[in-house]
Amino acid sequence: MIRLTIAALALASAAPVFAENHTIAGGEGAQERLQEALILAEPGDTIILEAGRFALTDGLSLDVDGVTIKGSGMSGDSESVLDFTKQQGAGEGLLVTSDNVTLRDFAVENAKGDGIKSKGADNIIYHGLRIEWTAGPKASNGAYGIYPVESSNVLVQESYVRGASDAGIYVGQSENIIVRRNRVVENVAGIEIENSNFAEVTENLTTKNTGGILIFDLPGLPKVGGGSVLVARNAVIDNNTDNFAPEGNIVASVPSGTGIMVMANTNVQLRENALINNSTSHVMLIAYTQDFKDERYQPRPVDVVVSGNMFGSGGNAPDIPGGEKLAAAFGGALPGILSDGLHQGLAVEDAEPVVSLGLTKVGQSMTEANPKLLEPVIAGEVERLTAVTLPDGMEARLK
Amino acid sequence: MKLSRGFFLLALAFLIASIVARALPPQKVNDAAVLGTAGSEGASYKLPRTLAQFGFFQDAAGRVPGGDLIPYELNTPLYSDGADKLRYLYVPEGQPIAADGDGLLQLPVGSAIIKTFAFGAGEDQSYIETRVLLHRADGWLALPYKWDAEQTEAKLAVAGARIPLTRPGGVEVSYRIPNKNQCKSCHSKDAEVIPIGPKVRNLSADLLAKLEERGFLAAASTSDRQLPVWRARAENPDTAALARAYLDVNCAHCHQPGGAASNSGLDLRWEQSNPHDIGIRKPPVAAGRGAGGHAVSIAPGDPDASIMVYRMSSTEPGVAMPELGRSTNDDEGIAIVRKWVAEMAPAGEPAS
Repeated sequence: MIRLTIAALALASAAPVFAENHTIAGGEGAQERLQEALILAEPGDTIILEAGRFALTDGLSLDVDGVTIKGSGMSGDSESVLDFTKQQGAGEGLLVTSDNVTLRDFAVENAKGDGIKSKGADNIIYHGLRIEWTAGPKASNGAYGIYPVESSNVLVQESYVRGASDAGIYVGQSENIIVRRNRVVENVAGIEIENSNFAEVTENLTTKNTGGILIFDLPGLPKVGGGSVLVARNAVIDNNTDNFAPEGNIVASVPSGTGIMVMANTNVQLRENALINNSTSHVMLIAYTQDFKDERYQPRPVDVVVSGNMFGSGGNAPDIPGGEKLAAAFGGALPGILSDGLHQGLAVEDAEPVVSLGLTKVGQSMTEANPKLLEPVIAGEVERLTAVTLPDGMEARLK
Repeated sequence: MKLSRGFFLLALAFLIASIVARALPPQKVNDAAVLGTAGSEGASYKLPRTLAQFGFFQDAAGRVPGGDLIPYELNTPLYSDGADKLRYLYVPEGQPIAADGDGLLQLPVGSAIIKTFAFGAGEDQSYIETRVLLHRADGWLALPYKWDAEQTEAKLAVAGARIPLTRPGGVEVSYRIPNKNQCKSCHSKDAEVIPIGPKVRNLSADLLAKLEERGFLAAASTSDRQLPVWRARAENPDTAALARAYLDVNCAHCHQPGGAASNSGLDLRWEQSNPHDIGIRKPPVAAGRGAGGHAVSIAPGDPDASIMVYRMSSTEPGVAMPELGRSTNDDEGIAIVRKWVAEMAPAGEPAS
């Protein structure tokens, strides 16, 4: 009987028997001790960050599959903070290049470049993280807070990002993506999904950014043709922070006061969001404005659904050329949905008017705008996007 | 008594000889250390703790290369904070190298590439680190070894190190020894670790002839598009070739399809001829403040409006390019790239 129990135990714990925990504390030599642990970890291991501050001078990186980095909290008395205030090298705080990695319950402060970047890192989970530039919005802050790129199966949840000079949470050139229950505050873009497919952005609070949520596609990249994106049940409030992005970047052209912006994407559904006090427009649909030579590229917003959203006050100070006059023409505030006129297949199921700037050609100058109110095109209930499902066992890693 | 004394002396002589023999470093390269297999004495060579374990050098201080090591130079080298580099190639005997056109030498399993980074000359020369690239059965492995202050031993530094030093000429450098992952970050393509330097087009005809002579290369391959010799740049009127060679060597390991910066869409390889892909009038993607307020990577005729020049000319993390491997600017490299961009017709056709 005893022998049987032991055998059963051995079987039941077959996988984790070899998984080890490596506990790392802050203090003297944290850079080398933590980096060495990240390098020598074996698949299945957990690197535990003790509560406290880790003063780091260089970027950290993880390149072992199946490793978990777990702190003791993202904020409060028991927080584990990777502090990059004195960083001297590398383009990000933490770089992950391996699959099946879980990052949870710690903070990254004042990274010189991006906060956490994961590239070609499939099945990655970002959970309960705080990525923050502690002096608030500044052009000298790093670009992205949470930055998965070129990956499949990405889960970003219950995290907090503040101060990113590009996007708080940016998912690029990826597919099968869930971004949910995060708080993104005082970034240029709160959440940005770019050149990506099959994404769900749900139940996030995006507030005091320049733009709340951006769904973009850019030409000339290895992966183009973004689409199949659901943006649902988010609170998109007060995104009126002056644009502090360094010029040259695409987000530097995002008007302050943007709620949700869709550019050059196909099959995007905006459902049941609360859109409140975004002073340019709650929902903007635009085509890519610059020259491009990429034959694969589709510059317009195509097949966009706007349904079940709550439109609060807003549109009262449009940060676009001629915006003041335009608002005045509509009695002091624009209606909640603004298009450059280049969209195709727009279905608005909400009782909210659409202002079109009346452009007819991609790349046409705004000076040729011919604003008009579009007749509502109520198409009836539109088919929902297929739900994004993550691979079996992925979310179980958080148990 | 006499005999016994003579015997004693003889025994002593043997003892001394054997001690000396043991004290002498191995003459041959320790193939088990290169391959990561168990050594004859059962030692584990997965991650050799010291450089001496490889037996690449005849002395522990790494000054005298073993006879199996082939020294080489590159036409255009990577800038590493002005460090001098001593490069060696080790190929196990009887194993041929395959050529891949004018690209990377296809070194057989068991090969190693050894590169020591040093500052100063002659008596004052100081070794900082020696990086090794080992071709093992499961692929290439990159490991950094850090020299001690006494210059007697180099030990594995998987986590890297940051070393403040003063360059001859007085420039302060916060020199960074990359950690094992950072090694891979530059040395990877399509998630595989690969060498960067020894491409046929960047090797001297001398070296290629030597490899042929020693039976490693079937026929000395060359290219009709060899990279120019950087040291002789003052006499080279072809600025475009110098600039493109510089970008190939310093940037393209990341900025190419499958490289660490593939998502940028920027491809700075020598063989790339598409103007947009090498950055001409190409808007940034995820440059953030690295864009420095500029709209395109290369603005033809206007280096001061080019993100590429801006990032090469910065030492600030998050802005500086390359991201790894330098904490000072390469003024000579910047000058060549500036000249190339300045001379570029605003119409935007690359001269190379």
